[in-house]
Amino acid sequence: MNTVLLIARRELGAYLRTMSGYVIIAVLLFLDGLAFNAFAVAGTAKKSSEVLADFFFWTSGIGMAGAVFLSMRLIAEERQTGTVQLLYSSPVHDREIVAGKFLAALAFLCLFYAGTAYMPILVAVYGKISLGHVLSGYLGLIFVGAASLAVGLFGSALTKSQVVAAVSSGVMCVALTMCWIVAKVVDRPFTEIITGLAWFGHFEPFRQGLVHLKHSVYFGLVTFVALFAATRVLEARRWR
Amino acid sequence: MIQVDGLSKYYGEHAAIKGLSFTIQSGEVVGFLGLNGAGKTTTLKVLGCVLLPTSGRVIVDGFDVTRDPHEIRKRIGYLPDTPPVYDEMTVGSYLAFVAKLRGVADANVANFVADAEKKTAITDKHDDIISTLSHGYQQRVGLAQALVHKPKLLILDEPTGGLDPVQIVEMREVIKALKGEHTVLVSSHILGEISQVCDRYLVIQGGELIAQGTEAELSNKLGSGGPIEIDCVGAAGPVIELLKKVDGVVDITMVKLDGQNLSLHVDAKNDIRPQLVKALVQADIGVLRVDRAAHRLENIFLKLTHGKDA
Repeated sequence: MNTVLLIARRELGAYLRTMSGYVIIAVLLFLDGLAFNAFAVAGTAKKSSEVLADFFFWTSGIGMAGAVFLSMRLIAEERQTGTVQLLYSSPVHDREIVAGKFLAALAFLCLFYAGTAYMPILVAVYGKISLGHVLSGYLGLIFVGAASLAVGLFGSALTKSQVVAAVSSGVMCVALTMCWIVAKVVDRPFTEIITGLAWFGHFEPFRQGLVHLKHSVYFGLVTFVALFAATRVLEARRWR
Repeated sequence: MIQVDGLSKYYGEHAAIKGLSFTIQSGEVVGFLGLNGAGKTTTLKVLGCVLLPTSGRVIVDGFDVTRDPHEIRKRIGYLPDTPPVYDEMTVGSYLAFVAKLRGVADANVANFVADAEKKTAITDKHDDIISTLSHGYQQRVGLAQALVHKPKLLILDEPTGGLDPVQIVEMREVIKALKGEHTVLVSSHILGEISQVCDRYLVIQGGELIAQGTEAELSNKLGSGGPIEIDCVGAAGPVIELLKKVDGVVDITMVKLDGQNLSLHVDAKNDIRPQLVKALVQADIGVLRVDRAAHRLENIFLKLTHGKDA
């Protein structure tokens, strides 16, 4: 565990010591504020809970895009610059490398989520919302963010190129989000299977203020499988 | 310290190393020679537990690379051909991170870092951000990370790569100073530097070990002592006639004649410097300098790999 935290601390330091991390957060906050103003608040009169649900909807999508950009460098950059050999030649398990990098990226993504807090506060000031709804929504955001980062980490482990990593991770995340569309055009039992895989359906209750164990388990499972796959990719590289 | 037996590594269908076998004793400084693509880096990566072998057995300090890689990683320091440094960190924080990563107790980290910085002469760069350092200093930081946890074995892949002549000399002095404290396996293309640092050499070509031994052993194996340079005071004709009579001389070439100062290149079957000096002194000829040709290791290396002289 010490090694995981050591790697996580260094990785988080890399985000905080360079401009790229701040630029990503600034752009995400700008886009999220824009989406909040243009889509969540605008339009016909809405209940405060509906505005909040729309805010979580847009923030989940923007957070997912942010996760792809934050995770693209995690392994790919280490391979590009050769620093991965430092980790490979040290008494560190591949799963510790993956876990450390994942935790750092998740902590940094949570800084973005923390930066969005002014929007639910504005809704609370001008309307009436429950704290439970806010907490449930943020829990859902963290689940979506964690799953996106894990998929991004897997994409980053596959290649040396950060661009290729970002594109492949983005495609995987969008596919997992939007596959419910595919479910509409296939027959049973694939309809249920594909609908079950789509993470939009699993996020929906969270943004409405509901926490279900099965949806939490789903995101936990997606995150675990993606991190496990990333670990196996790192292990396989030693045999190549 | 290292036992390699029948080591092979394939990248797909391509064999990077084939049936490599050698042994390195504790405390030795061994040079790993080979042309580009000969398999040096792949071999060092296997020894550094960065890559796993396709077949064969590699034992480092009693541990097998495939069964106990973690135990080996605790005992080695590995410097790849590109120093594995994080640009945005300071030298001190980077070395502290590496020390902790390799299991140094928190209480000892500061001392170990200071020691590594002292050995590599980067103490004054402790608070500098790595990206602001010159390539030479970054290479030293790379070396410092390899030895910060005081490993038994140091694996250095081209530690002088990309350095200017002054930096090369400085790096060579740093590596020389590590003798005795660590077993060192060092690869380089700049063979002259290796000859001044290493006790013994392994020569690899096409993924196979084609020779190993000390410089003298390699030289004898080729059946030639290599050229000898002589600077003396005297008339060219008589001196050359005199030296031709010395047993073992194959050929003599006059390199320079400056007044009475004469420079000769003597090609000999063996190292016959004592016999040459004796002949000159007995003939009352002033001897200014007698030495093996400076490029002798390059000669040996090229003869082994290409069968020709430098």
